[in-house]
Amino acid sequence: MPSALKHTLFIALPVLVIFAALPGVYQNHLLLFNFVIFLILAQGVNIIYGFTGYLPFGYVGFFGAGAYGFAVLVMHLHAPAIPAVLAAGLVGVVLGLLLTPLLRLSGAYFAIANLAASLAVLHLIANPALEQITRGPYGVSLSATFNPTYAYAAALVVLALTLGSVVFLKNSRSGLALQAVREDAVSASMAGVNVVRMRVIAWLASALVAGLAGGVYAWYVSVFYPDNVFSGEFSIFAIVFALFGGVASITGPIVGVVILYGIYNLIGFTTPQYFQLIYGLLIIGLVLFLPAGLVSLATRRGWHVP
Amino acid sequence: MSPERAPILSVSKLVKRFGGFYALDGLSFHVSSGEILGLVGPNGSGKTTAINVISGLYAPDGGEVVLEGASIGGVASHKLVHRGINRTFQVPKPFLSLTVRQNVEVALAYGGAASAPAMADLLEEYRLAEVANRPAADLNNAQQKMLDLVRALTTRPRLLLLDELAAGLNPAELDWIAGRIKALAQSGMAIIVVEHLMGFIEHITDRVIVLNAGKEIFEGKLAVAVKVPQVIEVFLGGEHAA
Ligand SMILES: Nc1ncnc2c1ncn2[C@@H]1O[C@H](COP(=O)(O)OP(=O)(O)OP(=O)(O)O)[C@@H](O)[C@H]1O
Ligand SMILES: [Mg+2]
Repeated sequence: MPSALKHTLFIALPVLVIFAALPGVYQNHLLLFNFVIFLILAQGVNIIYGFTGYLPFGYVGFFGAGAYGFAVLVMHLHAPAIPAVLAAGLVGVVLGLLLTPLLRLSGAYFAIANLAASLAVLHLIANPALEQITRGPYGVSLSATFNPTYAYAAALVVLALTLGSVVFLKNSRSGLALQAVREDAVSASMAGVNVVRMRVIAWLASALVAGLAGGVYAWYVSVFYPDNVFSGEFSIFAIVFALFGGVASITGPIVGVVILYGIYNLIGFTTPQYFQLIYGLLIIGLVLFLPAGLVSLATRRGWHVP
Repeated sequence: MSPERAPILSVSKLVKRFGGFYALDGLSFHVSSGEILGLVGPNGSGKTTAINVISGLYAPDGGEVVLEGASIGGVASHKLVHRGINRTFQVPKPFLSLTVRQNVEVALAYGGAASAPAMADLLEEYRLAEVANRPAADLNNAQQKMLDLVRALTTRPRLLLLDELAAGLNPAELDWIAGRIKALAQSGMAIIVVEHLMGFIEHITDRVIVLNAGKEIFEGKLAVAVKVPQVIEVFLGGEHAA
C-alpha cells in the first residue's frame, strides 16, 4: 500500500471518525470543537514550522482575520455560512500574501515580525474608526448563521483538508523539497529547488488553514470580540502542541494536542495552580530532553513514525 | 596545443564587495568543456567567493559571468542548476536530518536533468551505498563532501565547481577522488577545482589561476607558477606555504 494511503487510512481517517462520533456520546460540544480547532492550528503550524523552519509567533493573525472575514460577509453581505467560511480562508491567504516579505527574515526576527504583524491586524480591526465595518472593539454577534452542529461539521471538513495537506507534504516530493529548504536553503537551491517559491507556498497553505479555522470558529461561537479571536493563546498553544508532539510528522501535532490540551482541560480549570506547574514542567522537560518532540522517543529507537 | 574550444564559462572583470572590502577585484578567466582548471591562492584570496558568484549565491557587483554565451550574473542558483552549473561546498552542506537517499532524491526531483544518473550507481561509486538509509548527520566530513558531490552530479552539470573537495582525505582517498574527477572531465564536464593541496592540483589540473586579494596574479601550468617570484611571495606570506 502506498504510504500516503496508509497515512490517510490509519491516521487522518481515525482522527476524523473519532471527532465525528464524539458529539454523540460526550456532552461538552464546545470542548470537542476547541479540540478540532487546535488540531487544525497545530497542523497549520506544522506546515510552516515543521516543513520550512519559520516559527509563526503571530499565527493567530490569520485566524482572527479569518474570523472577521466571516463576520463581515455575514453582517454586511448577508452571506450564508459556507461561502463566508471560504472567504475567511481567502482572507487568510491575502494576509499571508501581504506578509510574504517577512519570509526574508530568519529565526527570531521572523517570529517577532510575525507577532507584530498579528497585533497590527488586531488593532486595525479593533479600531473604533472602523466600527461601521468591523464593529471595532465592540465585538460582533452573528445570529443569522448560528448553527453549532453545522459549524462543527465544517470544522471537521477543514481538519480533513489540513490533515490531507500534511499527508501530502509527508509523502510528496514537494514535502521533501520543503524539508530540504528548512535544513539548508542554499543546498536546496543547488538541488534545483526554487526556495522562495516553496517557502511562499507553505506560508500561504498554513495561512489558508488558519483563515478557514477562524471562519468556522466565528460560525460556531457567533458572538466574539477582537481580543477573543486574536488572543495570543491561539498562537502559543498551537505552537506548543505541535512542538510537544513533534513537527514534520503527521502524528506529532495530533499527539501534542490530545495530551496537552487534554491535560489543560482536565486540570486547567479546576486547579489552575497545578496546571501551570505541570504545564511548565512538561514544556521544560520537552525542551531539555526531547527537543524534537514526543515522537522522537520512537524515532530514536529506529521506529518510523509518520 | 590543439585549437582551444569555445569556453563554456568565461568570467570577466568580476567584482564582489562586502561593504568596502573587495573580495573579488576584477577577476577574469575562462574554462572549457573537458578541462580541469585549478583555482589556488592563499586563505581569503577570494576562491570561494568566485565559486559563490558563479553559482548564483551572490550577485556580482561588477563584471560579467557568461555561460555558453549568455550572461548569468545575478541569476538565481536553482535556475543556474537547471542551466548546467553545480558545485560542492568547502564546509559540506547536506540536508542533515534527511537520509542520504532523500538528500539525493531532492536533486533527482528538482535538478531538472533530462536523464539523471541512477542514484544507486552514484551512491556506489562515491562510497555511500552502505549509509544510504542513514541521516546525513551521521556521516563523517569526507562522506558529507561526497554526498555534496553526488547531489551535484545528480543534476548532470556541464560545469562543476569543487571547493576543497579533497581537503581532509587520506592519500589513498586522494588518489581515488583524483581519478573520479579526471573521469568526469573526460566525459566532457568542465571542472573548476579549488584546493590548497598543491600535489593534488598538480596531478589533476591542466591549468591554474593563482588568486591573490581577489585578483589573478598568474595563469598557466602550476609547475611554472611555483617558479614565479610574485606567486612564491604570496604563498610564503600566507599560511599555506607551497
Ligand atoms: N559573506 C561574506 N561577508 C563578508 N566578507 C566575506 C564574505 N564571504 C567572504 N568574505 C571575505 O572575502 C574574502 C575572501 O573570502 P573567500 O572565502 O572567498 O576566500 P577563500 O579564498 O575561499 O579562502 P579559504 O582558502 O580560506 O577558503 C575573505 O576576506 C572573507 O573574509
Ligand atoms: Mg574558501
